[in-house]
Amino acid sequence: MTIFEKSVTGRKAFRFPDTAIEKREFDIPNHLLRKKAPQLPELSEPDVVRHYTDLASKNYSVDKGFYPLGSCTMKYNPKINEYTAALRGFSQIHPYQPWEFTQGALQIIFELKEFLCEITGMDDMTLQPAAGAHGELTGMLIARAYHLSKGDFKRHIALVPDSAHGTNPASAAMAGFDVVELKSTEDGLIDLAELKKNLSDEVAVLMLTNPNTLGLFEKDITEIAKMVHDAGALLYYDGANLNAIMGRVRPGDMGFDIVHLNLHKTFSAPHGMGGPGSGPVGVKSFLAEFLPIPVIRKADDKYYPDFNLPKSIGRVRSFYGNFLVMVKAYTYILTMGRDGLTHASRMAVLNANYLRTLISRFLNIASPRTCMHEFVVDGSEFVRQTGVKVLDVAKRLLDYGVHAPTVYFPLIVHEAMMIEPTETESKDTLDMFSKILKQIVEEARTKPDIVKNAPYKTPVRRLDDVTATKKPVYRFKRQG
Amino acid sequence: MMKKYAKTHEWVQVEGKVATVGISNFAQDKLGDVVYVDLPQVGKVVKKGETLMSIESVKAASDVYAPVSGKVLQVNEKLNDQPELVNKDPEGEGWLVKIEMTNPNELNELLDEGAYKKHCEEEE
Repeated sequence: MTIFEKSVTGRKAFRFPDTAIEKREFDIPNHLLRKKAPQLPELSEPDVVRHYTDLASKNYSVDKGFYPLGSCTMKYNPKINEYTAALRGFSQIHPYQPWEFTQGALQIIFELKEFLCEITGMDDMTLQPAAGAHGELTGMLIARAYHLSKGDFKRHIALVPDSAHGTNPASAAMAGFDVVELKSTEDGLIDLAELKKNLSDEVAVLMLTNPNTLGLFEKDITEIAKMVHDAGALLYYDGANLNAIMGRVRPGDMGFDIVHLNLHKTFSAPHGMGGPGSGPVGVKSFLAEFLPIPVIRKADDKYYPDFNLPKSIGRVRSFYGNFLVMVKAYTYILTMGRDGLTHASRMAVLNANYLRTLISRFLNIASPRTCMHEFVVDGSEFVRQTGVKVLDVAKRLLDYGVHAPTVYFPLIVHEAMMIEPTETESKDTLDMFSKILKQIVEEARTKPDIVKNAPYKTPVRRLDDVTATKKPVYRFKRQG
Repeated sequence: MMKKYAKTHEWVQVEGKVATVGISNFAQDKLGDVVYVDLPQVGKVVKKGETLMSIESVKAASDVYAPVSGKVLQVNEKLNDQPELVNKDPEGEGWLVKIEMTNPNELNELLDEGAYKKHCEEEE
């Protein structure tokens, strides 16, 4: 039941005291006045609190349990981040305040930018983009602006590997590029011969993530960078998988020209699942003039927004971006320190390999190689033997109180299950997850119907995702 | 009527110069529930191996490649309202387009049913 359906006419959570202030009509033109009051829900305070507490208790989050959603880096969100982001100096300011009065906020943006440039090996950065895909689009627009500024109008192609995140081709297409898919090797790595065949003076950019979507390090990366640059194209880094290498190698040193990050993945801000994220974009110095305005700079111990970038791609987001997410990432970096961040990525890789080894005893792994921060289960043999789909296994996991991994991605593995435990999970949790998964595999062999009809213990059972996609209902409409 | 398959899981059935095109039963099973079929414009000219159109399922959006070169004569309008036909009857009522072939010799490069079946087994 929505809060609108719980509404009772006249019920209130707050009553204004009697006032001596004289009521007065404002001079609003008649045609601008609404004829009917807005249909807002009317409830008492306990009604409202119970409604949202009930919804919150139905939700599953990393605060409740294990969340191995591959490629999403659902690491624990330290509560000190919430403390700093809630400080009045950050939460009670407004972006319309003159920048002279919000020096502290600008300092945070500036220093976070410096930290992230250091971590990624880039020269300058914008923190405006609101999430990862928005960062990709920003990066693609920068690549486009760069080629056009040189009078190079022929480069209309963005190369994207077939193992890439779906947002990569979408962002490239949004920026006006024609997307050409690169076939990967068996391991999902870049096929150098295939790359060579596709590089030409019409290619603007190659989009890569390293480690790749199978959790494998792109070992030929310096060779790839050279080939791309020799062809006059740019190399773009999708930061989705930065958690595997943070503090150990830098995309900038590998030869990447543009990098996007996800503060809500690698830097421990919460995933909003549609709520506020943050997708900073870093560039090498030769691309800095194309960054979105304003760029935050420092001069004479003052921080200020610099709008003087004539070749800028323009604004990509109102004001400064999602500022409080930046405060959380800034807090994370300061609390962890250099050694802490390096240790985190090391533990992320160790956890993934430990869990991969446990699971490889009863399910096939897409690549037998040592993985980075995540790995992909190839469920095709399991599906053939049991008739139970990977989707069913994912649903059954919910009954055991853990979140399901990413399924059916990457597309290059049939019946894929993509598992990323992150560094914040203990050995006990990983052991428990492996035990649960093994039990479900056992159930699939002995009592497949139990798995096929799962989940049983969740607030809702199987959702009708076909109808939801075909006939989406975007907003609530009051009956009658 | 001759029926052939492409390695990329499209089928063609030929009557004179007109090829009816769809995706194989194997392909629909891998895609999962189809929710949207992005049909091409009638009159679109395609080359063998190029993207003809795309199909969106609950799992992913996937390209359908032209198994033969030619001009799109007709599209299966029914799929606009009933994309599920691709799952229910992929090699019958769930056909996608009819193409007027410009080079019928291309059919020789496609697989017959036996060879296609073997190809699917290898891909599993």
